[in-house]
Amino acid sequence: MSESKVKKLLDEPLRVVNIGLEGFATELEQQGVKVIQVDWSPPAGGDTKLANLLSKLGT
Amino acid sequence: MNDVVVNKVRKGFYLDSVALMRLSRKIAEKEGIREAALMMGTPQNREIMTNAGLLEEAGRAAEGGDLVIAIRAITRETAETALIESESYLDQPMAAGGEGVAWRPRTLRAAVKSMPEANLVLISVPGDFAIAEARKAIRRGLHTMIFSDNVPLEEEAALKREARELGCLVMGPDCGTAIINGTPLAFANSVPRGEIGIVGASGTGTQEVTCLIAQYGGGISQAIGVGGRDLKSEVGGISTLMALDALEADPKTKQVVLISKPPPTEVASRVLERIAACRKPVIICFIGSGELTMPTNAVQVYTLKDAARKSLGLSLDGIENPDSVRIGQARRACVHGLFSGGTLCAEAQVIFRAAGEIVRSNSPVPGASPVNHSGEGHLLLDLGDDQYTLGKPHPMIDPTVRDEMLINSVNDITVGIILVDLVIGYGAHEDPAGHFAKILKANANNDQPIILASVTGTDRDPQNRTDQIAKLKSAGVLVAPTNADAANWAITAIQSRRGEVH
Repeated sequence: MSESKVKKLLDEPLRVVNIGLEGFATELEQQGVKVIQVDWSPPAGGDTKLANLLSKLGT
Repeated sequence: MNDVVVNKVRKGFYLDSVALMRLSRKIAEKEGIREAALMMGTPQNREIMTNAGLLEEAGRAAEGGDLVIAIRAITRETAETALIESESYLDQPMAAGGEGVAWRPRTLRAAVKSMPEANLVLISVPGDFAIAEARKAIRRGLHTMIFSDNVPLEEEAALKREARELGCLVMGPDCGTAIINGTPLAFANSVPRGEIGIVGASGTGTQEVTCLIAQYGGGISQAIGVGGRDLKSEVGGISTLMALDALEADPKTKQVVLISKPPPTEVASRVLERIAACRKPVIICFIGSGELTMPTNAVQVYTLKDAARKSLGLSLDGIENPDSVRIGQARRACVHGLFSGGTLCAEAQVIFRAAGEIVRSNSPVPGASPVNHSGEGHLLLDLGDDQYTLGKPHPMIDPTVRDEMLINSVNDITVGIILVDLVIGYGAHEDPAGHFAKILKANANNDQPIILASVTGTDRDPQNRTDQIAKLKSAGVLVAPTNADAANWAITAIQSRRGEVH
């Protein structure tokens, strides 16, 4: 059931992977939330179509 | 004008948009620089730079994953110097990122390996790449909040369909606000825990309702953002329906509030059908919508303020009456509303329309006219709309976006009242009231309009609502308890001028 997985999220402390604006991670850390910041750069050399394709392949 | 434009492209180089905007401003402020932009080379950004006369051949060839530095200056030498300075700024974080800095994963996969207990991925990379990251997340069984916008609608729909199959919640794209299990995410406020669960397709709408619930003594169990387009036909309310399921099952939630723009009929029917089957009472605020037939466990309200009051069982006639001595009559007939929150602008329009006032807006609710519509009427603008924010920060992050319009309205001899919202909390500017007061004091005149404001936030927010209100008042601003009250006060002052109220 989809319900149980989302309900579980609402029952647990948040543990966040942040991809993008670093300020969001900083503010979460300040609130005592466990967060890991990804040092992100555009995948597939910045080719959005290829990046989409790779994500579909699970890469 | 013989300005010189120079471009430099860094292939596959990413820096977040807020950092880039700060850097752009820093460069643009230098002597001899007409304009400067450091942006990822997405098609939309390239269009913005083209329109600003900032792009030459090198920049035009950039792709979504490339960083473009574009500078227009009075001489080539000035432009080249600024380019070198930009590059040295860009290299600073990397220079500092050597020894002593914590290791950071470069991919979601590596991040999850390092933190296997992760349960949510917050995504704010350019929209062109956001879906790919979100897809990776849901396929790992992770819920996502997608702050990024500019994601094609069909991709949003496909992602949400897949997420539903996998049992994962997708909040967004273009989801600015959520509070999950007591934690504010992105643009959200620090509010007490309580029994009211929100499903919000509107960021500032959710902020106003959660903050008013706190102001009235209540608290929030969860505020689940779904993104502004979740209730469009193409998406069909997938995340809204999943959020309703989750709040029904959440023992901490006793009352549900749904906030959205009016959905198309078939989506509204589907959502209302689900609500009819919900074991909990639901308050529905489709801001701008006409009256709908509600299930027996649901109540429709028409403003954000009423959504908050009704959720706590408070009466809806609790309009805080303006102090007629303080507000007096408007000296001129027209109201200019300069809003940073889109839904706050919509709420004000709904209230103006209900009072029989003529309204024009760049985001008109039903009954209001588009801004280019000729004729009279009050002007209520959503300054967070794309036309004002393309290539610029949102006015909630950077209040200077509102400055020029504020100064124009202060000096406009037809304007009797200026209506504004200030939205504080996580993600927002550190002192919007201080900035607003400074601009106002610097541009004050003896015959200026009445300035009416409301502050969306709480005293637990980093900016502290009470402090923000005090700063506004010190600049002569009248501060209403809610956005709805500010709109009502404005109407009272305008109608009083016409002799319609006493």
